[in-house]
Amino acid sequence: MNADGYQAIMAQRNEIMRRSVGIDYQKYATGVLAFDYEGLMAETGYDIDRIVEVQRRTAVGATPLVELENLTRLARLLAPPGNGARIFVKDEAANPSGSFKDRRASLSVHEGRRRGYPGVIAATSGNYGAAIASQAAKAGLRCIIVQEAFDSQGVAQPEIAEKTRACEAYGAEVIRLSVGPELFYVFLKLLKETGYFNASLYTPYAVQGIETLGYELAQQLFERERIFPDAVVVTHAGGGNVTGTARGLIKAGASESRIIAASVDLSGLHMASDRDFNRKSFTTGHTGFSLPFTTWPDRADVPRNAARALRYIDRFVTVTQGEVFYITQALAELEGLERGPAGNTSLAAAFVIAQALREEQVVVVQETEYTGAGKHPIAQLNLARRMGIEIRRGDPKTSKPGQSIVIPECPEQLAVAEVDLERVRRSYLHNALQSLQKHDTLTAADFAFLAAETRLDLTTVEEMIDELIGQTG
Amino acid sequence: MTEKIGKGVWVEIHNIVLQPGERAPQVPDDTARVPLEMCVKGFLAEPAGLGEEAEIVTAAGRRLRGRLSAVNPPYRHGFGPPVPELSSIGQELRHLLAERKPSDEC
Repeated sequence: MNADGYQAIMAQRNEIMRRSVGIDYQKYATGVLAFDYEGLMAETGYDIDRIVEVQRRTAVGATPLVELENLTRLARLLAPPGNGARIFVKDEAANPSGSFKDRRASLSVHEGRRRGYPGVIAATSGNYGAAIASQAAKAGLRCIIVQEAFDSQGVAQPEIAEKTRACEAYGAEVIRLSVGPELFYVFLKLLKETGYFNASLYTPYAVQGIETLGYELAQQLFERERIFPDAVVVTHAGGGNVTGTARGLIKAGASESRIIAASVDLSGLHMASDRDFNRKSFTTGHTGFSLPFTTWPDRADVPRNAARALRYIDRFVTVTQGEVFYITQALAELEGLERGPAGNTSLAAAFVIAQALREEQVVVVQETEYTGAGKHPIAQLNLARRMGIEIRRGDPKTSKPGQSIVIPECPEQLAVAEVDLERVRRSYLHNALQSLQKHDTLTAADFAFLAAETRLDLTTVEEMIDELIGQTG
Repeated sequence: MTEKIGKGVWVEIHNIVLQPGERAPQVPDDTARVPLEMCVKGFLAEPAGLGEEAEIVTAAGRRLRGRLSAVNPPYRHGFGPPVPELSSIGQELRHLLAERKPSDEC
């Protein structure tokens, strides 16, 4: 068998991971499924002040919290009298590579360097690649970014093409792949061959790096208004953004702020499909990531995912692609901020959520991202049209991912669709059961772990598990 | 004879990582039917012609071999023409803000 062939490399997965992250995940196992999550997070040895110190050295963080007065005014025109919370946005585009991903990358790269790795590797088609490349450039480390970049016709997703350019601008080697989950195989092979640090999005470092975002926004709002946010809306994909932000809010004392996860609805599109690849206008922040990762976080590129969104989400909503494009245009023309579009997923949701809150309440959108060639609604819609997708003004509820994008005719048409968290929790437990080997028996520690993971009480977890076992025999 | 591209020129190489028969079992049919392709840029290590086997030194300093697919490949992504469905949104919203009081009907 070829030592670098697909099966051979996949079989070495655990060993390659262990060497490339430098964390012995096994040490934290407390049951068949259970592990000591807080123990794993504490392994990094960083407290929030130390993270801030590391991030300040590369000008990461301390981004402005901007009140969106005109969008708030617009929301109040549509809301019942007395409603229409003030909307604020954390302008994360002000970070060095233009997104909150610099927070994740800063601690990862710092740690990779501290541990003496010669370089860093990350598998990402999005902003995280540019963030890692930027941090690696400053740290003097070699950097390889692996992207899923083009379909079998050679058509590149414009947003990813822009990330290729940005990564190359920061001096990184960019491996551009066609569509498929075997990207992970290429990634493992590279880790094995180079001995570089795995700057995964899902290590404790990458997630702790985001804690400063929640921490800062709570502090900034408190300094200005003497209140903590009533709701923080977070664009949700792999779970790191939600997890890190929520943990940071809690550390700042804002544990009462509701965490609302928002994703773009891409239901019906297959994430590993060559055909569907260029029929989605969003490469992140969508349900193709958020649903699988919320219902089973450990599908990540490390043995235990430090991003465990279900522990923190109070409410989970989806919006459509057309609504995000609409609010992106509104943000540029009413607030003078040309940002996104992907980061504006949470803004589209916040605009709707604010209308159901009182005027004296505050909703914070916790990120923006830079925009530019390729990373822009115009570029995305031009590609969509070329792929045969219908684009029109109308009621966004009538849109169908992969077939049509419907831009609202008026702001009243923006809405959020609720994701049933009860179903998500059940699905998590189902996946947990699926991951068991035949001889495995759940221990008391496992039940306690599952309760913490799903925020359900022990009795409910036990009942749901019994029910699920009954269904599957 | 193909014209040789000189050593040290910024180029792109192309490789097939997995043939259609070698794709992961979980990929959908449309993906399983096509190969997994890889493109990487770097400086040409030795003179080579377009379409020929070539070696590059990547930005991370690695030596990689593959078919020479492009010389100084351009970044082709851009914006494209303005999209009419977006063009009038700002104007519409400014009118709404100027004309309407809270709670007026749509």
